[in-house]
Amino acid sequence: MKILFNWLDQRTGYRHITREALLENIPGGSRWRYVWGSTLTFALVIQFITGIALWMAYAPSSQTAWESVYYIQNQMWGGWFLRGLHHFTAQTMNVLLVLHLMQVVIDGAYKAPREVNFWFGVMLLMLVLGLSLTGYLLPWDQKGFWATKVATNIAAITPLIGPGLQQVLIGGADYGHHTLTRFFALHAGVLPGSIVVLLVGHIYLFRRHGITAKQPLKQCDAAFWPDQVLKDAVACLAVLAAVLFLVIRNHGADLGAPADPSQPYSAARPEWYFLFLFQFLKYFPGGTELFGAIIIPSAIMAIIFLMPFLGKWKLGHRFNLGLLWSLIAGVALLTYLAIAEDRRNNDYVVSVQQAEQEALRISELAQAPAGIPATGAVTLLRMDPLTQGPKLFSQHCASCHRYDGHDGMGLVPTNAPQGADLKDLATRSWISGWLDPEKISGPNYFGGTKFKDGKMAKFVKKDVAHFTADEKEQLKKVIAALSAEAGLKSQREVDQRDAALIAEGRVMLSKAPMSCADCHKFHKEDEDATAPDLTGYGSHQWLTGVIRNPAHPKFYGKKNDRMPAYGEDKILDAQSIELLVKWLRGEWYEPSAKVVDGR
Amino acid sequence: MSDKPETDSAEPLPRRNFFKQTLAVILGGIAALIPATAGLLVFLDPLRRKTESAGAIRVTSLTALPSDGKPYKFPVVASRTDAWNKFPDVPIGAVYLRRTGETKIEALNVVCPHAGCFVDFLPSRDCFLCPCHNSTFALDGTINDPKSPSPRPLDTLTVEIRGQEIYVNFQNFRAGSARKIPAA
Repeated sequence: MKILFNWLDQRTGYRHITREALLENIPGGSRWRYVWGSTLTFALVIQFITGIALWMAYAPSSQTAWESVYYIQNQMWGGWFLRGLHHFTAQTMNVLLVLHLMQVVIDGAYKAPREVNFWFGVMLLMLVLGLSLTGYLLPWDQKGFWATKVATNIAAITPLIGPGLQQVLIGGADYGHHTLTRFFALHAGVLPGSIVVLLVGHIYLFRRHGITAKQPLKQCDAAFWPDQVLKDAVACLAVLAAVLFLVIRNHGADLGAPADPSQPYSAARPEWYFLFLFQFLKYFPGGTELFGAIIIPSAIMAIIFLMPFLGKWKLGHRFNLGLLWSLIAGVALLTYLAIAEDRRNNDYVVSVQQAEQEALRISELAQAPAGIPATGAVTLLRMDPLTQGPKLFSQHCASCHRYDGHDGMGLVPTNAPQGADLKDLATRSWISGWLDPEKISGPNYFGGTKFKDGKMAKFVKKDVAHFTADEKEQLKKVIAALSAEAGLKSQREVDQRDAALIAEGRVMLSKAPMSCADCHKFHKEDEDATAPDLTGYGSHQWLTGVIRNPAHPKFYGKKNDRMPAYGEDKILDAQSIELLVKWLRGEWYEPSAKVVDGR
Repeated sequence: MSDKPETDSAEPLPRRNFFKQTLAVILGGIAALIPATAGLLVFLDPLRRKTESAGAIRVTSLTALPSDGKPYKFPVVASRTDAWNKFPDVPIGAVYLRRTGETKIEALNVVCPHAGCFVDFLPSRDCFLCPCHNSTFALDGTINDPKSPSPRPLDTLTVEIRGQEIYVNFQNFRAGSARKIPAA
């Protein structure tokens, strides 16, 4: 063995290099305050290992990026753990960078002759921030997509080169495949490559000038190995433990719903370490954002670059320290303000909840037997009534109607409802409400419409209100029969069970004392009908027809109260109406056994 | 740095503090091992993946297969899972079908057992030729030239006739082996 090592040493001189590396003198012996550089190198090694492993399964394109990350997260051996490790180590690196920078400045390790090394360090810091920025987009989820879009739009305000810079960065006029290929090349190639080059220079210069020992020296000089290495190893392990804690507590990194350029995402925020910049920009009124986004940050960076020169004087050193502490305090304050403002903002809270629901929902859909189509997971969400129904409802229906008292998305509009509450539409309980003298003219039914005191309301309040016990039993059967017309998924079993009762109710519907057929059409031609056709009431076809054109003679005819003809007037396309109808009828994919949170 | 080579260089270095040295190596080792294991697991994940057995797939109907005893190539269409994507009804391979009787049909996988290229049927020579390394096979799939690089005959597949429809139990086999071993 020894012969082999001798042979190798003669040809490579590895023993000399190792001795140089390990036996570097540390004046005053090893200290905990020197560990930060090593922990950063360690974090970088984790990022290289985990990053390359992720790379083996990642597919950068707008139809495969989210999907491949989803696959890593949910289908691959320990994929969630690997991704979590990469994600939280990245976050930890930003904290370690600040600690390292502060230690260097406090100990005066940035002053002559170490200026160049300090600059290398600041450049490394910026490159690591660049990794964070580019990495945030790669999963191509709503959060990363919209937050990065903001960042690249800010790049576009750079004077002269801005628009060009943005186009080069995002690989075209708009976000797409080439945004991902470019960000990925930056994230996995250009930036790490530059970091390696700068880091080699950084460590070389560090060794050339030696460690800046903190005065007064507490112990005798010692070699790097093993004392400092041991301290470094303990610190690295502590960093890893913190990362592991975060990974396990959060069950890996978040993965939101797939990016959809057609669905604005108001919960978009940058990662927490960029929140201060996000908050800072709020204070710059239109036309002055150049100052907040570019001029002031660049000026601060310029001062940081000049720090080694300022530090030549005692006062300069104090200024440097004061500046850094103020920056940290400022960043902390802005971050706090950003978080506090969001917490108070109900719209934001609702958006976050909705985003979480969508993330859960896409996980259910992606695990459905049909799987993810080649057009990407975003198609699953776009075609999902449970996801799109509430959005369409809130946008097009909630100015008059309500859904369980809200606008479909959980917000309660300020104006009074001017149409029925459509939650549980056409179910037995919903129809019972119509036929309840107490409720028909209330806000959930006809209250906000011109039918408040119409014929139907009068019938319910005068006739139904005085029904005998026997007639009330008949009414229940009629309600069951009318509700069965809808063929609702939620009532499939009840409808089957009550088939006989429903058949009875169907006959009673047209006869006295119900006399529905006096005004409504029901399975028969009736030219005198003046109220909506009850044939197939609440069914897919019926509901589609009403939304398409409520003023059609089959429905409200000339009596239609304000409801637009969404289909006929081309307010909604056929697909949107289909999604809305399916959502109102409770028809969407549900996993047979409730899928566990995919994260 | 925790990830420096230690054992090789330890020898010429003074063994001042064996305990500290060992501890540093162990702690550094643990710190490096955890991310490395996480990466390795995902790297080795493909070992878990198996091709789904497609079962009997309808390939064509009896009327579409001439009874001249010549092989005809038909695509095999089935659903396919590619990592996260599911594709319904896409070509997953192809077979040569040949009538050997009124209702007797032979099916051969078109893949050459040598290195996995698709073989061609040459009507002029009445044999199959692999365009990659020139293996030749007889009409029934047997190797008809001892110099053929292929280690085994073309892979036969079981055929079922249901009414007028021809079904084939489609399967791929491992290339390069003298035995017919189903692909993973």
